[in-house]
Amino acid sequence: MHTLGTPAGLLGIEPLSREEIQIILDRAREFRPVAEKSWRKLDILKGRMVVNLFFEASTRTRTSFEIAAKRLGADTISITAQGSSVSKGESLVDTLNTLGAMRPDAIIMRHSASGAPHFLQRHLGIPIINAGDGTHEHPTQALLDARTILDHGIQLEGLRVAIIGDIAHSRVARSNVHLLSKYGADIVLCGPASLLPRELKDLAPGVTLTTDINEAIADAGVIMMLRVQLERQHEASFPASEYFGSYGLRLDHLQLARPDVIVMHPGPINRGREISSEVADSQKSAILNQVENGVVVRMAVLERVLAGGANAEAAH
Amino acid sequence: MPKLLIKNGRVIDPASRHDAIADVLLEDGLIAAVGPNLSAPGADIFDATGLIVAPGFIDMHVHLREPGFEHAETIESGSRAAAAGGFTSICPMPNTKPVNDNATVTSYIVEKARRHAIVNVFPIGAITKGSLGEELASISSMKNAGAVAISDDGRPVMNARVMRRAMEFARSYGIPVINHCEDLHLSAGGDMHEGFESVRRGLRGIPGCSEDVMVARDILLAEVTGAHYHVAHISSKHSVEMVQFAKARGLAVTSEVTPHHIALADRDIPPYDSNYKMKPPLRSCGDVDAMIAGVVNGAIDAIATDHAPHPGDEKMQEFEKCPFGILGLETAIGLSLEELVHPKKISVVKMVELFTTGPARILKLNRGTLAAGAPADVTIFSTDREWTYDVNKSASKSRNSPFDGKVFKGGPVATIVRGEIVWQL
Repeated sequence: MHTLGTPAGLLGIEPLSREEIQIILDRAREFRPVAEKSWRKLDILKGRMVVNLFFEASTRTRTSFEIAAKRLGADTISITAQGSSVSKGESLVDTLNTLGAMRPDAIIMRHSASGAPHFLQRHLGIPIINAGDGTHEHPTQALLDARTILDHGIQLEGLRVAIIGDIAHSRVARSNVHLLSKYGADIVLCGPASLLPRELKDLAPGVTLTTDINEAIADAGVIMMLRVQLERQHEASFPASEYFGSYGLRLDHLQLARPDVIVMHPGPINRGREISSEVADSQKSAILNQVENGVVVRMAVLERVLAGGANAEAAH
Repeated sequence: MPKLLIKNGRVIDPASRHDAIADVLLEDGLIAAVGPNLSAPGADIFDATGLIVAPGFIDMHVHLREPGFEHAETIESGSRAAAAGGFTSICPMPNTKPVNDNATVTSYIVEKARRHAIVNVFPIGAITKGSLGEELASISSMKNAGAVAISDDGRPVMNARVMRRAMEFARSYGIPVINHCEDLHLSAGGDMHEGFESVRRGLRGIPGCSEDVMVARDILLAEVTGAHYHVAHISSKHSVEMVQFAKARGLAVTSEVTPHHIALADRDIPPYDSNYKMKPPLRSCGDVDAMIAGVVNGAIDAIATDHAPHPGDEKMQEFEKCPFGILGLETAIGLSLEELVHPKKISVVKMVELFTTGPARILKLNRGTLAAGAPADVTIFSTDREWTYDVNKSASKSRNSPFDGKVFKGGPVATIVRGEIVWQL
């Protein structure tokens, strides 16, 4: 098995150990008081420079990383593909070499190609934090999802988690499967057969597949809905008009789940496509907690990558 | 022309069922004699003690990139890589620019090769104009200009009716139709074999069935037309089984496999390393086993490299953006020994067949034998000498090999074309 991550950056959840993940999750909780008081700023990363390089449009992840870096005292620069040299035909290697020559301390990168950050990590000496690569991994999303579940007092060991939607094209699903499996959760992946390759069941221990949403939700403690990624599909894998009827989450579905079930969604949500408004706005929804946790989890990741984590000064 | 006497090698000539320590005398560009203790006053001597002396190896599937993509490879540089890999004859596919779909381009390649290549070059012409899969190319005039087969390699012939017509036409000219079997609708957008590894890495898959459905179609068409049909770079288990089925039915169906489809599976691909990206993709371990079984049971007739040079900047890209294809000429013997002969899947005699009589029969080349009077093309190789492949010293103009730094046990030692040593370790 090849290592998909390096100690220097964060390329994915798959190569991390449960202990490494736990350190990040614990540290994220310690950062919460900082995140909740807008006037407070740490100087853990004072004088450090972080480049946010987004080749794909993103509002919440980019903003979340930027806020996280600023809360730790780092200087940040955000670059999006539109209007940069990338749109003028520069190759990825040349773009990164140019940025690398300016000596940032880390590059946070989102790219539409699976493995783009892994490819660059081999050619650049700068730590890369993967903010989502194609349909491969989105490690900080899985970390913030785990933090959110734990915050609701739900144990990950033995937890039944239903992940529902376009699994084939979801980097969120892959990262969550790896993380939850390392904690001994049971993961049910659910979606239309054309978006649910059967090899997914071998991705990690504890994974099962079903095309039946009712079966997926039965006794689930957590339901993760995925955005229907029409932009990642190259042809109609499923009749769009039939999607909500078969795989959209409605309030009545929640009766099948555990009484304390929470509903999560990486956002942005498509109301009426994969999730009904009633569910999205219900007490069961943890969607806004996920957004909040995005900042503290990314603070913990940035600290780990840039300041060596353990040696960093206390947050309070 | 000087005489060359190759002394004391193990001379393996499957065509004449010769396998014994012997001498080989080359004279005037032809094999003059094979036998023990030959003497030839005035001849240069090559001491082949401990080495295998075989008919010149033939690679029936290479890409020389000339005309049109000379930054990646030329007929000359590709021929040098071939010689360094122990090949005395190579067959360039027609996906050049312009496409080799008419006698003018064929003649250009033949003439360029005559002046610059250090090994024999037998071009393969296109099946359709521009390899666009629509209108048949000038098959008979290409054949007259030197083309030994037709193929739209790099692309399949998607239209079954066009394929049928091509087979009918090719049959009447006595040349094989070689297809790159890939249903483009099933493989669309794919970057690696569809399976656990593609799912895990989040890369789009090229399913094995995209190859199988076309092999099945073509075998049915070969039966209808009676043409000689050859499957290029076979890689999928079911395809090998179907070729075996076709042979059992007595059809003129043959196939080739690349060394890398025998040596590597999809799980061996380091994370997003574009030097492991090719078509067909590296498939599952089960498929690799089926390739080896196909070599053993005769479903596979030849080993061909699909040598596909791409310059560094084209491969220095995101996995999904970089082009398909890897170098193959210089590592073919080493890989075949390692994967087939050393583990005793096949004998070294059988390996020699796969590189000589196999392709020679498919393409009806008057080569691949050490019989007296045959062209003096000889490959001398070792089965035990350790060496390390250094792609930066490759004779190719490109560097896209997954085998850089690999240590091999056995490989080419000398390559002789028309009686002259064109490469020597």
